[in-house]
Amino acid sequence: MTETITFFKTLTPTGYLFLALTALTLLSAISVVTARNPIYSVLGLIATFFCLSGHYILLNAQFLAAVNIIVYAGAIMVLFLFTIMFLNLRKEDEESKTNLTKMASVVVGGILMVMLITIFRAKSAQVPVVNATTFDAKTGLVENLGNLLYSDYILPFELASVLFLVAMVGAVMLGKREAGDRHF
Amino acid sequence: MDLTILSTKGIIILVVFGITLLIAMYSTYAERKVAAFLQDRIGPNRAGPWGLLQPVADAGKMFFKEDFIPSQASKWLFILGPCLAILTALMSSAVIPFGDTIRFSWDSKNYEVAVQAIEINIGVLYIFGVVSLGVYGIMVGGWASNNKFSLLGAIRAASQNISYEIALGLSLIAILMMTGSLSLRAIIDEQASFFEWNVFTQPLGFIIFLTCAFAECNRTPFDLPECETELVGGYHTEYSSMKLGFYLFAEYINMFVSSAFISALYFGGFHYPFMDLVSGALENSLGAVAGHNVATLIGVVVFFGKIFFFIFFFMWVRWTLPRFRYDQLMNLGWKTFIPLSILNVVITGAGLLFNFKYSTWLIAIVMIVLAVMSSARAPKRTVVPQQTV
Repeated sequence: MTETITFFKTLTPTGYLFLALTALTLLSAISVVTARNPIYSVLGLIATFFCLSGHYILLNAQFLAAVNIIVYAGAIMVLFLFTIMFLNLRKEDEESKTNLTKMASVVVGGILMVMLITIFRAKSAQVPVVNATTFDAKTGLVENLGNLLYSDYILPFELASVLFLVAMVGAVMLGKREAGDRHF
Repeated sequence: MDLTILSTKGIIILVVFGITLLIAMYSTYAERKVAAFLQDRIGPNRAGPWGLLQPVADAGKMFFKEDFIPSQASKWLFILGPCLAILTALMSSAVIPFGDTIRFSWDSKNYEVAVQAIEINIGVLYIFGVVSLGVYGIMVGGWASNNKFSLLGAIRAASQNISYEIALGLSLIAILMMTGSLSLRAIIDEQASFFEWNVFTQPLGFIIFLTCAFAECNRTPFDLPECETELVGGYHTEYSSMKLGFYLFAEYINMFVSSAFISALYFGGFHYPFMDLVSGALENSLGAVAGHNVATLIGVVVFFGKIFFFIFFFMWVRWTLPRFRYDQLMNLGWKTFIPLSILNVVITGAGLLFNFKYSTWLIAIVMIVLAVMSSARAPKRTVVPQQTV
């Protein structure tokens, strides 16, 4: 008990912020899985993205935080909400929640958790510790990120762009109305 | 951080917040007066001199009306909707630089504080992110009302906002390429001389941005989410009292913020022609500190002048143009603005390569020529007199 109290006493304001944000992240992430109504799930997921953006800001990555909000919370989740509003106008869909699917999801989720914990335990000693005196305060900012993306990581960056282009063309092909198709 | 700077920032944040609310409040009055002017009426003139207390009376009415929640509605989301709308609207004015810096000395130390709530180096992205969140208020409220008209309005708002966000972002990219920074203050400082205002270097981008701003604010001619002839009241059909007030208020705050954003991005923000001469003369006659502060004040007044002009422009368009049809709206966004703004980015990039800032005028000239040609080649319409039976 005294250990916990001393631990809380040694924390910086950033540490308190981190703890509060983490608690909020976990709560909203749990609400995504436990909510009965899919709309509440989506709203929980949006809250989770917000909390993750908060974590990015704590890690000094402003650009990543802003882009996370614009792309995930602002665009993708709007489409999610949009689709679910159309799909789920009547009753809750209970068909997909059979015992088999529940078991399968528990197994998959459990394996993922075991994997993450193993990786974390094995690799946490190798993570470089930031030296506060030599740390460059502009590390996560947009200029440095841009320089890195267009010099060291140019090939993965361009490949990812091509992948997006392929996905976009594919989506247009799938969505294209063929001759004789009815209008909705 | 220094306590003095912190408290000054606190004061600036409170003032910006208050001014945002005040302007949004009097925008409702201005809208009715402008509507009256354009329709040759008098407009509100009963509450107070020239009807100036009309917004107060409206707010009083809103507060005392019955706060009704439909029995089949999802109660918490019904309350959350207007809260989200007004929250996101109020958040966006935080990064707008309203003026240059204020100099003062306190406790025998000299300070120079920017007239801006917070200066972050991704200001443009911040506003863009907050604007893209604004649609949640409408969607959540529309869905929670448990009403088909509300849901249709919410769906319309969502698809419209997503569609026009792309063109908005692409037209912004051209400006970011010219400035090389995501900070709004850096973009404003880039436009110090009059002919380098982005409206002169990016005429096409400006038109695209302005139109997309209309669509993002759900203003006429793109106000299909609350199209009263088709959807009763759109997403706020079921709302009453101050919840409805929040939705309407959020729209006016969005209008104010977009006007400020447009003036900052394209019209030089707090810069005005011959600004160097004016501030130099002021600093000579009043001293470096007082003269600088007065020059900053003039800049702030000029910036608000530009903002008020654009708010008026929003209203002017509302009472002039009819509403678009929904397929026309989508075609305009996806088939016209997105290709045009991509072309704009490409041409701007080519111009930057050859160090020529006014390259996008090429597109404008080509478009004008094409328009003239197509109208000249179009078959002449002759008026056929109606046959009488």
